[in-house]
Amino acid sequence: MKQEEVVPLKVETGMFQTPSLHRRKFLANLGLTAVAITGITACTKTNSTSLSGGGVENSQSGTHYNDVQILNYAFLLEQLEAAFYINVTSNFYSGATSLEKSRLEQIRDHEIAHREFFKTALGGAGIPDQQFNFSSINFSDRTSVLSASKSFEDTGVSAYNGIAYAITSPDYLVEAGKIVSVEARHAAYIRDLLDPLSFADMSVINSDGLDLANKPYTVVQIISPYLTVQPDLKSFPYNI
Amino acid sequence: MNFEQILSELENQDPEVYNRMDTRRDSMRQFANIGKKVALTALPLALGGMFKRAYGQTPSFSGTVVQVLNFALTLEYLESQFYTMGVNTPNLIPAGNPSAGFKIIQQHELEHVIFLQTTIKALGGMPIPSPKFDFTAGGTFATVFSDYATFLAVSQTFEDTGVRAYKGQATHIQQNDTVLTAALQIHSVEARHASYVRNLRSSYYSDESIRPWITGDSTAGIGSSVAANYAGEENTVQLGINIVGIDGFNISFDDATECFDEPLTTAQVLALVAPFIVV
Repeated sequence: MKQEEVVPLKVETGMFQTPSLHRRKFLANLGLTAVAITGITACTKTNSTSLSGGGVENSQSGTHYNDVQILNYAFLLEQLEAAFYINVTSNFYSGATSLEKSRLEQIRDHEIAHREFFKTALGGAGIPDQQFNFSSINFSDRTSVLSASKSFEDTGVSAYNGIAYAITSPDYLVEAGKIVSVEARHAAYIRDLLDPLSFADMSVINSDGLDLANKPYTVVQIISPYLTVQPDLKSFPYNI
Repeated sequence: MNFEQILSELENQDPEVYNRMDTRRDSMRQFANIGKKVALTALPLALGGMFKRAYGQTPSFSGTVVQVLNFALTLEYLESQFYTMGVNTPNLIPAGNPSAGFKIIQQHELEHVIFLQTTIKALGGMPIPSPKFDFTAGGTFATVFSDYATFLAVSQTFEDTGVRAYKGQATHIQQNDTVLTAALQIHSVEARHASYVRNLRSSYYSDESIRPWITGDSTAGIGSSVAANYAGEENTVQLGINIVGIDGFNISFDDATECFDEPLTTAQVLALVAPFIVV
């Protein structure tokens, strides 16, 4: 079942790539142009729904978008989280306990695994490796690091919750479900490190007992300060 | 499950079964139609619906979505009543953080019960009444409301299993965007609860190997009584992609199992909660 046809286009992510090409591919795979889907279909189960006709009509803009774009959206979020925790664990904030260190290293590995999972699944249809700007975070300060971590985890949960409805492939929906609950476990753990008993407080859980579900437009506004290639908020999937 | 076998068994029990269902061929056709709409794991529910119609009982649902919501409601009744008992039992939960934390969880589970009942009614369905529960599971957890460690163990198991149960229903409600989103919004709250309770247990036992996430198919020290609740969590392959050592990164077996929570089917969940249900 290993995706034999998937050959990630590593050349596209190399150091000689021009910013304009980088940006073009990034935007293209987030929906400005038609997207190759061979990388995805190659590794789905034989009995799964074909992706070729998949997609959901966006009632606001009439944009037709598909699972590849949604997976790339998740891929972007996982790249952001992985890069953040790699920074955190390469030089821990002062006062980090051994338990905090080991748990943050576990979270880092989870996020790297998520990132590489999407990278492999998307293959040539994936967006390039992104560079991030974490200059607003003081990595030597516990509160600064954990506040950023809390924001990334809560945002991740809200992003998966808010986009899952648009996924057409049942297989991908299940994978999104498998990941989002782990992000929620991270969020709860980090929240209580920062502020005990905030694991599911009213800033994220409403009076029906429901967690956040944010549209991509909202999510991208939250993560935009950390991106070095700014997505066009008017284009899919951000304008919903 | 072998559908032919089930029909044969029904014939033995009730020779008039096909009169009730028109014809055997028609039953199979109905079944095939259902099968197109729902994944294989939903078939026990779908079958239940078909037989209910056949035997003239008042349906308490208007479709698969309501069936799924009633299934979820059963789990929320279980959790809600469990925590209500727990937080109202004197000298069970230590004062301070644990007491406050379980009150937060209890409140959420109650909100989930009300939300699901409201949603089911809004869809034209009938919320099922709560079963009667035995939180000792026939004596397996005899000290659940007198021993804090046992209470913690049952709580962790309920939360982790709840996460798996909701996850397993996602594809059955995929055609209803609103319900799917709401179910996922409950699902991640259960995961937050699970993380909190697992972390409490980690502190209680001063055991770092009990993590907020599920490692392999480990019960985190609870033991064989809940092994089935964690079976399958040791999966390391997603969409045919092996996560261990993926792309040359140092992703261990523990990492690979922790970073993806695994679903349970309806039938698996019903089997797991059955010992807690009296009627």
